[in-house]
Formats: sequence, structure tokens, C-alpha cells
Amino acid sequence: MNLYSLTPFDLALAAGLVLALGVIQVLLGLGLFRSLAVNSVRMVLQLLLVGVILEAVFDAATLPWIALIAVVMMGLAGYEVVARQKRAIRGWHGYGIGLAAMSATALIVTVLALSFMIDADPWYTPQYAIPLLGMILGNTMTGIGLALNNLTQTAWQSRREIEARLVLGHSVREATAELRSDSMRAGLIPTLNMLAAAGVISLPGMMTGQILAGSPPIEAVKYQILIMFLIAAATGFGSLIAVQLGARRLFDGRDRLRLDRLRR
Amino acid sequence: MLFEVDGLRGANVPPVSFALPPGEVLTVQGESGVGKSQLLRALADLSPHEGEVRLDGVEQQAMPATQWRRQVGLVPAESGWWAETVGAHFARRPSETWWERLRLRPALWEAPVERLSSGERQRLAVLRALMLQPRVLLLDEPTANLDRDNAAAMAEVLLTFVREHDAAAVWISHDPREVSAHARRWLEMTPEGGVLHESV
Repeated sequence: MNLYSLTPFDLALAAGLVLALGVIQVLLGLGLFRSLAVNSVRMVLQLLLVGVILEAVFDAATLPWIALIAVVMMGLAGYEVVARQKRAIRGWHGYGIGLAAMSATALIVTVLALSFMIDADPWYTPQYAIPLLGMILGNTMTGIGLALNNLTQTAWQSRREIEARLVLGHSVREATAELRSDSMRAGLIPTLNMLAAAGVISLPGMMTGQILAGSPPIEAVKYQILIMFLIAAATGFGSLIAVQLGARRLFDGRDRLRLDRLRR
Repeated sequence: MLFEVDGLRGANVPPVSFALPPGEVLTVQGESGVGKSQLLRALADLSPHEGEVRLDGVEQQAMPATQWRRQVGLVPAESGWWAETVGAHFARRPSETWWERLRLRPALWEAPVERLSSGERQRLAVLRALMLQPRVLLLDEPTANLDRDNAAAMAEVLLTFVREHDAAAVWISHDPREVSAHARRWLEMTPEGGVLHESV
């Protein structure tokens, strides 16, 4: 079975549905038409651009090109992690902690999967490498963002409790034990939900895509299981590293809680 | 000297110098916002500052922060409670005499923190700090939420502790009468710096 190639007419028909929604919104005076239109156009342009880039990279299929794409993806993800926090750690540290946690997990997990689990030849075959990194990175980014957001916000709110422990001579480790485990949990919740809902409440996108493209369902399921484990591991380790690095940055060498290092 | 402060200053702390022998209680007075509480935070090494602070001749920065804070115990104006019950905030249960002298019901040991009154919190926060047997006490209005009888009991407990342990105390108080009888000198905090006065 071959993949049915969508015609521009098919896409226009689907867009027509959104247009109809927009018209009704205008008639009802809901005033969401503008942002719906802008975001729809933006989505089309972004995806077309990615399609063109991916075509080019798949044709070239050289390691430097793929590495460049990976670096750009990581850089954008690092920026997103900071942007999603209400009280992010200021300056390069804030960006660097998210980026370090992601490179140490998403990148390594992807490379491990490509080298030892998916026996692609060569290991960096872009058809595998880029979607795999994209999925793992997307989830890791969300997890790390939530974990760091929880860490910095809770530290801000519980200054009095943390300092009450410091003045009694408790170490930073003791004084932040609960804060750190809560933040880890916050980072892992979406992954836990994803694992619990997989296949029952939601059909994962990648599996659906493979089935649409003509793969036997069991083959698609095996890939999905692999991806789920990779995402869970990368997100868990990523949150762990981000929380440890972030918690350290909240204190200085004299074990003082330095909330002035957070954005106001 | 037990506790020496030499040219201490910080972002919100005007320059201060003083030295306390064992047994001395130094009261601190000054307008609100002048940096009294910030001074105590710097002395406990909770906020960045310049200048030298020495305990028995050992410089603050030469000692691990945890060790310093166990010996130079700060009791902030508003105490923080991180666990559910009162008892979880103590390493061990204080003896019955402590509860009596601070006029606290011993049943509070198992009580949830959220059910404490502000006065009970304040007394338990002081008790929590005293259990570590600090060499220097940094007290930020320790009687502010207490009625007259409880305030007198609290002052008595603190002064007795300082006397019996050869400790020292830096005591922010807006009611100098409660300690003036026991204090040889007092520190006036002004925006230009701390000024030491002899008590009359």
C-alpha cells in the first residue's frame, strides 16, 4: 500500500472548515478571527519551510548538515525553556542550565537509540535522526521547563521556610530536599500522563502517522513503545539534571538563598 | 572578645562596628527601614556584605556557613515553618522546664503549625534556636507578638540564657525598657551608620 498523496484541493477543503469557523466567530462577534487566521497562516508557512529544509537535508544526508539542524533545534528549545518560566534564573545561567540538561539527555538518548536500537545505516540517517530528536527534544523541553518553573517559583514563595532552615544550620541539601523532589515530580507529570494514556485515550501521533503511511500496526506499535521509553528516560534524567543545577544556582558559595538571581 | 563586628556594611546595611564580650546584650534601635533586620541577616551570613565578623577570633568567611549559623543563631521577626507539626522542626524535645519558662503548653509539641497563634509561633521559634545552644543570639523583636506577661517571660528566658551560657545577644527592640536594665550599651542605627551609646 502506498501513501495517498494529498492534493492542494484536499488541503483547501480542510482550510475551508477553519474559515467557516472564523466566519461564524465574526457573526457572533467573538473577535477571535484575527488570531485564528494569523496562526493558521503561520502554521502553514512554518510547516512548508520545514518540509523544504527536510527535503534538502534528506538529499544531502551528511553529518555536518544534520548536526547543524540538531544544534538549531536545541538552541530554540533552550530558549523556550526560559521563556516558559515566570521567574527564570537570570542571564546565561538560566539558558545554560536548560540547554545543558537537554543536551545531556535528549541528545545522548537520541544518539544511543540511533546507534544501538534502530540499526540505521549510517546511524545519522536523517529520516530517523531528525524526527526522533524532534520528538524526544519536544517532550524533554516541556519537562525541563515545568521542573525549572516549579523550582524557581516555589523557591520564591517559600523563602521564609528555606531560610528558617538555613539559620538553624541546615545545609542547602537538607533545606531544598522537598523543593527538589517536588520540582522533579512536576517535570515528570506530563510523561506519566502520556504513558498512562498511550493507546487507550490517545493514539500517539507517530504511530498514527506510520499506520497512515502503510506500516503494519504491530510494527508501528513497536516503534511507539521504543519512543515512549526514550521520552520517559530523557525527560526524567533531564528534569533531574535541570533541578540539581537550578537548585545549586539559587544559592551562593556561602549557602545564602539568592533570589536576586531570578527574574522579577 | 566573643563577637567582633568590624566595618560591616551591605546593600541595605549602613556601616556598623562593635565588639561584645561574653554575657553582653546589645540592644539595637532605629527607625524602621534603616536596616536593623538587614544587619542581623548579614551577621548570620544570610545576605552578601562587606567587612569582618569574628566569633572567638575566627572570621565568618573562614568557617562553613552551616557551622557559623549554628553558633550565631538568628531568630527573624517572622519565623518560617517547613514541616507539618511543631515537633518536626526540632532535633529533640526541649525539657519541661523550657515549656514552663516560656509559658507554652507542652501539648503544642504534636500540634500542627497552622493552628499556632502568632505568639506561640514566636516563642517556639526562639525555643528552636536556643536548643542549638548558640554562642551569639541575633534577635529581631522577639517579644513583638506577645502580651506583657509573656513578653516578660520571654525576656527573662533570653537574658538567663545569655548569662548562664556566657553567650552574647544583639537584640532589636522598639521597647528598650524590657532589656535596658541588663544592657550596658545600645546601638543606634542611622542611615549614616551605627552609633554606640552607653546606657544611662
